[in-house]
Amino acid sequence: MNRDHQHLKVVPARYPARTIGAVVALFILAGVVESVALNPRWEWGVFARWFFDPVILHGLGQTLLLTLLGTVFSLIFGGLLALARLSSSWLLSSLAWGYIWLFRSLPLIVVLIILYNFSYLYDTLSFGVPFTALAWGHFQTINVLGQFPAAVIGLTLVQAAYSAEIIRGGFLGVDHGQMEAASALGLSATRRTFRIILPQALRAIIPTAFNEIISLAKGTAMVYVLAMPELFYTIQMIYNRNQEVIPLLMVGAAWYLIITTVLSVIQHSVERWLARSVTRDAQPSRWRQWRSRLNPVAANEEISHVRSH
Amino acid sequence: MSEAIDYRQAHATGAISITGVSKSYGRHKALDDVSLELEPGSVTVIVGPSGSGKSTLLRTLNHLERVDEGFIQIDGDYIGYQRRGDKLYELKEKAILRQRINVGYVFQNFNLFPHLTVLENLIEAPIAHRQLSKRDAMTRAGELLDIVGLRHKADAWPRHLSGGQQQRIAIARALMLSPRVMLFDEPTSALDPELVGEVLDVIKKLARSGTTLVIVTHEIGFAREVADNVVFMVDGKIVEQGSATQVLNNPRHERTRRFLARVL
Repeated sequence: MNRDHQHLKVVPARYPARTIGAVVALFILAGVVESVALNPRWEWGVFARWFFDPVILHGLGQTLLLTLLGTVFSLIFGGLLALARLSSSWLLSSLAWGYIWLFRSLPLIVVLIILYNFSYLYDTLSFGVPFTALAWGHFQTINVLGQFPAAVIGLTLVQAAYSAEIIRGGFLGVDHGQMEAASALGLSATRRTFRIILPQALRAIIPTAFNEIISLAKGTAMVYVLAMPELFYTIQMIYNRNQEVIPLLMVGAAWYLIITTVLSVIQHSVERWLARSVTRDAQPSRWRQWRSRLNPVAANEEISHVRSH
Repeated sequence: MSEAIDYRQAHATGAISITGVSKSYGRHKALDDVSLELEPGSVTVIVGPSGSGKSTLLRTLNHLERVDEGFIQIDGDYIGYQRRGDKLYELKEKAILRQRINVGYVFQNFNLFPHLTVLENLIEAPIAHRQLSKRDAMTRAGELLDIVGLRHKADAWPRHLSGGQQQRIAIARALMLSPRVMLFDEPTSALDPELVGEVLDVIKKLARSGTTLVIVTHEIGFAREVADNVVFMVDGKIVEQGSATQVLNNPRHERTRRFLARVL
């Protein structure tokens, strides 16, 4: 019986419509590339001249710095807000809710302009205990809240409200049994949060958090209202002078593209690393693959337990 | 600190005393004036229809659930409270956590930490409590993994194991803190039938180890084999208790007879 089947050949199903669709799509793509590359009005010469210009690179540096500081501070502050929101203290969770409500309602541009005009509202800032004469220092608002600090604080205040909700969502997504198991083992609240719940919550937090970081990287362009020379403001200043609007916008677009690409690559590797306990036979990371080519025995031993069953 | 723990372990062996415990969720009375005395080192199986308060009772024993009325003592210590004179002071979180070290808990759905390897799951709590150094914890983990027959899985992730293996690891994890009392909340209910045996075998090994065991289960055959006491609960009340032969073979109450007829 079995022998009768040996001469049979398997013919895969074919889908001609898919092939036609793919050819059409490639044709359209080629047309777009051709027009962008060969139409002289895109002025790629101007693009090339400005791409690595020191002024642009300085603006890029400011954008990256704002993104980095905004991300770090908003994640820390947002994490605290999320913990406050989840706290069993009624007062703490209402205060955190109120903060999130306020800063998700206010447009970033309004927050930035208010901060920039803070010296008009309050001449001096004091560091001390409210309602008492106790104070350790007085500062002129105008000296403390310059463009850069105002931009960082504004971005952080608004971004933290969104981060808080993302982090809270991640925490809520972790099975309640994990918290109980950690309690039953007598682990302290801090250890439960940071060692048991947070690492599991990260898998839900990371994709949305990177969405936020990417939109923050582009959203930093909003600080042009403070006349701060980050990437986009720098580009505007240049094309207002030389009228080469399109090629300079392309310079900005290309840099934003690069930033987003780098962030996406980082996101991909972070997600892989976090998924290592879930995927049944995960491919080793690029780094492992590369190392295993140099030293095949050691790498084999390390992953062998996964398949030993 | 460690001397204090050693001293207590030498003299205390896991006697449980439950006095008039009640617990309500809204209008629903989950526990209704439950009293029970369990000898040190004894094995108690709690049976009863679902919703009868078995699991709630177990959860109150390590203060995962607060009681509304009554007291629970393990070796004379009030769970969740400290007695000074005639007053019971509610314990703060830290002290409650310290009490829980003496009470191991095994969950129906294992609740292993999926982001930690088997070995990391085991050594987490003893290291967090500074009970053992990392090296000692790893040695002890190896011994316990031998007992549950899973030493070769030390570096595996929990999700790569079968349900029965996960539950055996969960038991080993609870044993890492050398508890005086071990609580099992339906430890085999989430398992495929052919995996139940391997988990029950591990619990049988513990039965004569001197640790007090309290087990909520539907495995009547297992109860008959290992239990010193069997407690039958319905609607948050203890209907009948006694030796396994007495309660399971010659039940006095009509309600117990009806339940056993349906389960067996």
